[in-house]
Amino acid sequence: MPNAIEASKLDVGYGGQRAAIKVLSGLDLTVAAGSFLAILGPSGCGKSTLLRVVADLLDPLGGTISVLGATPHAVRSRRDVGFVFQDATLLPWRTVRDNVRLPLGVGQGSLTRSIEDRSTELLELMGLGGLGERLPHQLSGGQRQRVAIARALLGEPKLLLMDEPFGALDEITRDRLNDELLSLWRRTGTTILFVTHSIAEAAYLGERVIVLAANPGRVVTDLDMRPIKQEGNRCSREDAAIVAAMAELRTALERAS
Amino acid sequence: MRAAPLSPQMTVALPVLGAASILLAWQYLLPLLGVPAYIVPTPTAIFGVFQKNFALLIDNLRPTLIEALAGFVIGNLAAVLLAVLFVHSRILQAAYFPIVLFLNTIPILALSPIIILIFGLGMTPKIVIAAVICFFPTLVNMIRGLDSAGDNEHELFRVLSATRWEVFWSLRLPRALPMLFSSLRIASATAVIGAIVGEWIGSDKGLGALIIQATFNYQSDRLYAAIMLSSSLSIALFCIVVLIERRAIRY
Repeated sequence: MPNAIEASKLDVGYGGQRAAIKVLSGLDLTVAAGSFLAILGPSGCGKSTLLRVVADLLDPLGGTISVLGATPHAVRSRRDVGFVFQDATLLPWRTVRDNVRLPLGVGQGSLTRSIEDRSTELLELMGLGGLGERLPHQLSGGQRQRVAIARALLGEPKLLLMDEPFGALDEITRDRLNDELLSLWRRTGTTILFVTHSIAEAAYLGERVIVLAANPGRVVTDLDMRPIKQEGNRCSREDAAIVAAMAELRTALERAS
Repeated sequence: MRAAPLSPQMTVALPVLGAASILLAWQYLLPLLGVPAYIVPTPTAIFGVFQKNFALLIDNLRPTLIEALAGFVIGNLAAVLLAVLFVHSRILQAAYFPIVLFLNTIPILALSPIIILIFGLGMTPKIVIAAVICFFPTLVNMIRGLDSAGDNEHELFRVLSATRWEVFWSLRLPRALPMLFSSLRIASATAVIGAIVGEWIGSDKGLGALIIQATFNYQSDRLYAAIMLSSSLSIALFCIVVLIERRAIRY
């Protein structure tokens, strides 16, 4: 099984080849298939930019990147990647169910495999059963983000990219969604790249946590969390080893800022 | 402190009472104050015109209705199509949008004689004037509306490898609808204005022509009746737009 991501000497910037403002510079990163990687970093360090390169929303200026053993473009065309944004990005004129079904309605021309309508199953899975005919504005923030996740999962992606998906939620809702996300990950075996501002969230979710530094973005800390977690990436938020890891991540983050 | 909200009965009753009080003052107070009937005829006199000259009013309403409606449809349709073209070709937009904006600064009254010179005296120039007057606000609103989808929304569609066509139908167009309808509401009134202005300049038919004739003949009750009829026409068009809007936009 190829690695989910292999990036080598990756340069990413805005403004074209010459006058580029470099956001990521010489980034090396390998992510094993099926793993859960949490990405921490100060604002402007290129966390979101990295996800955008993986999702083929942005072309790198230099270096190489392979996603699931292919180019980001091929992976996007195959619909093997799902993206969850910080705001749920639901279309307000579509019902919850029709938002989840969006991947069925667009982009089918480039698809070589067929996608089934699993909207009913996914709505149940995300605890949204019975809300399918609501409109997005009738949902709470947490429910909207669940819809966004259900939509990203519709095409059964092998790779799920999440850009601070729970950043705007209250803490209780965020903790609950973290647990749901972990159980989803255990069940599906999807590789997840999870960008967050929260040290606690990164430590709780990640099998591995990397910290990016800004100007230009690069990996400064790479922490394997598996030794201090139980089977299936399980841990308690109050566990001494987790708290110690959080302190280590905080120090790394402060240095990186 | 904010006042308590009115009961549903009162929200209906109060505007009716307000209108009735003004009509009563108009009917009885203005003549008492010595305002002559050739300047402000009483409501009953105007109502009398609707009874006496109903056929005349309807005969003049018909061409204005057709011109306003045709102008409304043609002007807005052209604006929507041009907006679609502009948002898909930045080059065309950069080249021609400033010219369109410049043309928009020409007062419609100054433009009307030219339109009549070109299209003659039939209904066509009135339709063109009504269309031109609807065109600009809708064009500007529609361009803004089609461009109003957020970056995340565009990225979402790109992750799904959506085609331009799919982005248009599933994202840009639904996003543009609220702005389109707000300009259609405005156009429902301006289309009638366009038709009437056209009739002032070169016509012996239509509410505009009736307004001019009644003014020159000091038939002020007929003048007021024509004015009321034109405003009713705008209101009817406006209500149709709002009805369609309620069906089209549910959120």
